[in-house]
Amino acid sequence: MKTYTNPVYSYVRPAELDAPGARRPIVIVGAGPVGLAAAIDFGQRGIPVVVLDDDHTVSVGSRAICYAKRALEILDRLGCGQQVVDKGIGWNVGKVFFRDELVYRFDLLPEPGHRRPAFVNLQQYWFEEYLVERARALGAVELRWENKVVGVAPQADGVDVTVATPDGEYTLGCDWLIAADGSRSAVRQILGLEWEGQVFHDRFLIADIHMKSDFPTERWFWFDPPFHPHQSTLLHRQADDVWRIDFQLGWDANPDEERKPERILPRLRAMLGDNADFEIEWASVYTFQCRRMQRFCHGRVLFAGDAAHVVSPFGARGANSGIQDADNLVWKLGLVLKGLAPDRLLDTYDAERTRAADENILNSTRATDFITPKSNVSRTFRDATLGLAKKYAFARRLVNSGRLSVPAILAGSPLNTPDRDADFARGPGAMIPGAPAADAPVAGPAGDWLLGYVGGDFTLLGFDDAVGPFGVAALARDRIACKVVQVGGKPTAGATMIGDVQGLAVQRYHARPGTVYLLRPDQHVCARWREFDLPTVRAAIARATCNH
Amino acid sequence: MATLNTESNHPAPDDFYERLIATHRGLSDAESALVNAKLVLLLANHIGDPGVLVQAMAAARDGTDTERDAGAG
Repeated sequence: MKTYTNPVYSYVRPAELDAPGARRPIVIVGAGPVGLAAAIDFGQRGIPVVVLDDDHTVSVGSRAICYAKRALEILDRLGCGQQVVDKGIGWNVGKVFFRDELVYRFDLLPEPGHRRPAFVNLQQYWFEEYLVERARALGAVELRWENKVVGVAPQADGVDVTVATPDGEYTLGCDWLIAADGSRSAVRQILGLEWEGQVFHDRFLIADIHMKSDFPTERWFWFDPPFHPHQSTLLHRQADDVWRIDFQLGWDANPDEERKPERILPRLRAMLGDNADFEIEWASVYTFQCRRMQRFCHGRVLFAGDAAHVVSPFGARGANSGIQDADNLVWKLGLVLKGLAPDRLLDTYDAERTRAADENILNSTRATDFITPKSNVSRTFRDATLGLAKKYAFARRLVNSGRLSVPAILAGSPLNTPDRDADFARGPGAMIPGAPAADAPVAGPAGDWLLGYVGGDFTLLGFDDAVGPFGVAALARDRIACKVVQVGGKPTAGATMIGDVQGLAVQRYHARPGTVYLLRPDQHVCARWREFDLPTVRAAIARATCNH
Repeated sequence: MATLNTESNHPAPDDFYERLIATHRGLSDAESALVNAKLVLLLANHIGDPGVLVQAMAAARDGTDTERDAGAG
């Protein structure tokens, strides 16, 4: 590739090859986006973690390129969001074309006052490189390259992992094993665990090209374009003047032939014109499937990301959901490890994230059925919808080139305390229990955005003197500590004070003076009240940690 | 005279579309054409208003003569 050279991370001979090593609290299999995000989160909590990866570099090829707002917010909490955003290409607007006409345009982030855009496009290798750098800066994270898991032996209270290295095999014992080793998960296969779903009968060519171009920074999707008749095409801009083009090929295409430059170049020339100046960076032909494991928790082995669930790429719901898996899992496992919550807290990881996986599978299956109709009548309806879409709003709403990743709302979670006060907003976008906390511009000691102040630990977000100094001190001393952040009002000892500079925090949280929100360590709302009451908040924290 | 509503009117558009396609699952093309005809007749009866139906027929027909191969497999 012209714009990127994969780093080589050195293999270091593990000490366990020479003498049995100490048992580890956490071992993560897979140094991809999900495994690294989890490792960083543990590292920030001071929990030692070993990451095993069978390779010695980051992703080969750009692979997952669209990182959604929620994933970026999680990365901000993990200390590497800014690098991804600085290097990546932010975008909010998508356009859909049918043949040679624009039929539909959407804007994913119609309101200002959020730190992060709807999406940032960045090649997965850059993304992983930043996460590796961040992980290495944390003393508690140990990354082991060229360490391939070849055996997994579940024990009553832990897991023994057999690891193959260039110098031979060794065994590593751990309390908990996190399998974040991708769609072909070795851990899943070793344990003989099934996953269910469907494989789609279609093939796609991904071509990354390096090209200086003044195409706008938008997602462009074509159905049946003149340059690629009867199939679809998707164009995305990435960092370093690299453009991702996905060509739908159909099930009959020969993947080995289609990978050859002499097959790819004419497709690109037809699309970009004979005069376009570009070079192919990387190309791949793929098929895809939508499936998930029935359960993500198998005793002391916990599955996350593509190892647990896979979707078709339309909607950018793969890496984005995997990062939300890590976000959901790590704080829970951290509490369990420290003896502050029972093991059954992890059952809620399974419940919350299998539900999110189902939503992602539903949406990406629908998009795939629209893009790749399975029957003549389905294609007729698809083309009729597209034919009506240019003129009629109702048809535009039916056009489906991918329903793009939105954060999971954990509305039915048993960790939520249901609203007691009836006057909170409940409509779309409302901060109901289960919703991820909304961002807003603020003024304060730690930056200009609300999300920079919440999460990591439980956070009580109060409005206008909601919580007095006694309450702040009491919550800080609890076994499961809860920090207090106050929006507006007088300075309160022990609480972080922030100013609602545009009034958007009050608006987005539907707040009145005295309103308090209890946020989980992963920034999801788990309870809210119109006034602070210490026993009530403690009961909600107990509920959110299965300590009740 | 009532005007044909062409704004989105489905509470859950993607649910509707999925159900529409699922209605045809396993049918031959000829069977699907018959199912579609019945569906139009049922919905047209439900709407009833001749003015609305005439507008819908015109909107559906619009552009057909110039489209090259809309709906071809």
